[in-house]
Amino acid sequence: MAFYAFCVIAFVTVISALMVIRARNPVHSVLWLILTFFSSAGLFVLIGAEFLAMLLVVVYVGAVAVLFLFVVMMLDVDFVELKDGTLRYWPFAILVGIVFAAEIVMASVFGVHSLPDAFDAAPGADTNAEAIGQVMYTDYLLLFQLAGVVLLVAMIGAIVLTLRHRPETKRQNIAKQTSRRRGDAYELKDPKPGQGI
Amino acid sequence: MSNYIESMGQLWGPLMVLGQIGLFTLVLLLSIAFLLLLDRKVWAGVMMRKGPNVVGPFGLLQSFADFGKFLLKEIVIPAGANKFVFLFAPILTCTLAFAAWSAIPVAPGTVSGTSWVISNLNVGILYLFAISSLGVYGIIMGGWASNSKYPFLGALRSAAQMVSYEVSIGFVIITVILMVGSMNLTDIVNNQDGGFWNWHVLAFQNFPLVIVMVPMFVIFFVSALAETNRPPFDLPEAESELVAGYQVEYGSTPYLLFMLGEYLNIVLMCSMMTILFLGGWHGPIALGDDFARDHPFLTSFSGLFWFMFKTFFFFFLFAMVKAIVPRYRYDQLMRLGWKIFLPTSLVAVLVVGGYVAYMGVQS
Repeated sequence: MAFYAFCVIAFVTVISALMVIRARNPVHSVLWLILTFFSSAGLFVLIGAEFLAMLLVVVYVGAVAVLFLFVVMMLDVDFVELKDGTLRYWPFAILVGIVFAAEIVMASVFGVHSLPDAFDAAPGADTNAEAIGQVMYTDYLLLFQLAGVVLLVAMIGAIVLTLRHRPETKRQNIAKQTSRRRGDAYELKDPKPGQGI
Repeated sequence: MSNYIESMGQLWGPLMVLGQIGLFTLVLLLSIAFLLLLDRKVWAGVMMRKGPNVVGPFGLLQSFADFGKFLLKEIVIPAGANKFVFLFAPILTCTLAFAAWSAIPVAPGTVSGTSWVISNLNVGILYLFAISSLGVYGIIMGGWASNSKYPFLGALRSAAQMVSYEVSIGFVIITVILMVGSMNLTDIVNNQDGGFWNWHVLAFQNFPLVIVMVPMFVIFFVSALAETNRPPFDLPEAESELVAGYQVEYGSTPYLLFMLGEYLNIVLMCSMMTILFLGGWHGPIALGDDFARDHPFLTSFSGLFWFMFKTFFFFFLFAMVKAIVPRYRYDQLMRLGWKIFLPTSLVAVLVVGGYVAYMGVQS
């Protein structure tokens, strides 16, 4: 049963990954990419790594791919021009493809041929979540923290690069807005007829 | 319950699961039909109107009449729309909304430690979180595929809004997970037995945490409103600015699927609040283990009653909020999410984590 499930999910993963580069419309590409992520999560579930599968869905599908989709939808892409442009890169693409194929062949010749039947998704712990937590927060705590610092630097860098102080923008002062009372907003006048204020 | 299914043989197992899913879906859909009516009735009541009262006694059959009308209408696809994505978006929304319910435990099982749930996942709460974070795709795809300005603006707003509020929902969930020490929803509910003072919203066993858990509960409630695009955070479909947001071009069955998915998600959020904070199927006073042993079925059904009652109560609160609170401005919404809820819930995770690590959690 698990074997058939694996066949179906692996087939969907490969086909949708192919469709990511086959699709003409970039939005369709992103949608296929989402399907690829999702079926990869299915593969994780099949080997018993439920926690990893859910994290993949939450982080990649739920957040990263949303931002991808966001950006791609906003782009105004001219497909014909785009296609002409990419044709120039095909020698490079073929080179990358050959290297990658060679790596896969080498891995399959010299590496482990099949997954062991009793794959341990949670080595040294009860659940997958515990095993990952053990590795990340106990064994490799320093590296994990450093990775966090790198991300923080990247985030600050992005903000510094894009933040320009524009004096003409009108900013909202929330504290001022909420502290406004009825008396500040209007005053009552009693204009006499023919006099005005 | 799963042991029972396995003992039935190869053919009976899948059939039993299919039967459970069918029954669950039927009950869920019927509940949605009447909750929708309740929503409209509450809204009407606050406005001193009568609400739907023509079809059936007190308008009880209104939802079914609407259902028939949606099904019989012609599906209009706008010119220039991306046909496949346009029709796929509502189907996705509805499918995901149903899929999330497969992990919700609704009542205690007859064997202690088990529950009435279709799939008792070890990472149940993460599964719910993952599925609800996928809900945004239906909206973005629908808004984009309509090839129209208002739907696209609505979709962009909704994507930003849902991603923002998911963050604080995630942190609130983490505080509960820290207290329980498990991501299994059945374990989370069973951690709260023994009476209403043990519910996570009060967390009486870990007394000092009350000052954290009550605000966490409020944050979760408000974030749930924002996550499901309910008023006062219904900016993606704000009729005064965007006509109806991402739904503008939808009619008949695709619209029905959108609306059904939306309401399923709302009720899902209500049941999540019930499970995470209000003790799930546990009544306010514990009946004791002896009672559960002597009357297993009565225990199950009283559990089901309490679960439905609490979920219903939260849905009523959602309806009241819709009727009473005026709509937020978009920048205020983002400010609330990122500058108030996110830091508060982050601090709460630190506090609860520190408490669990240094004081030890009592259950």
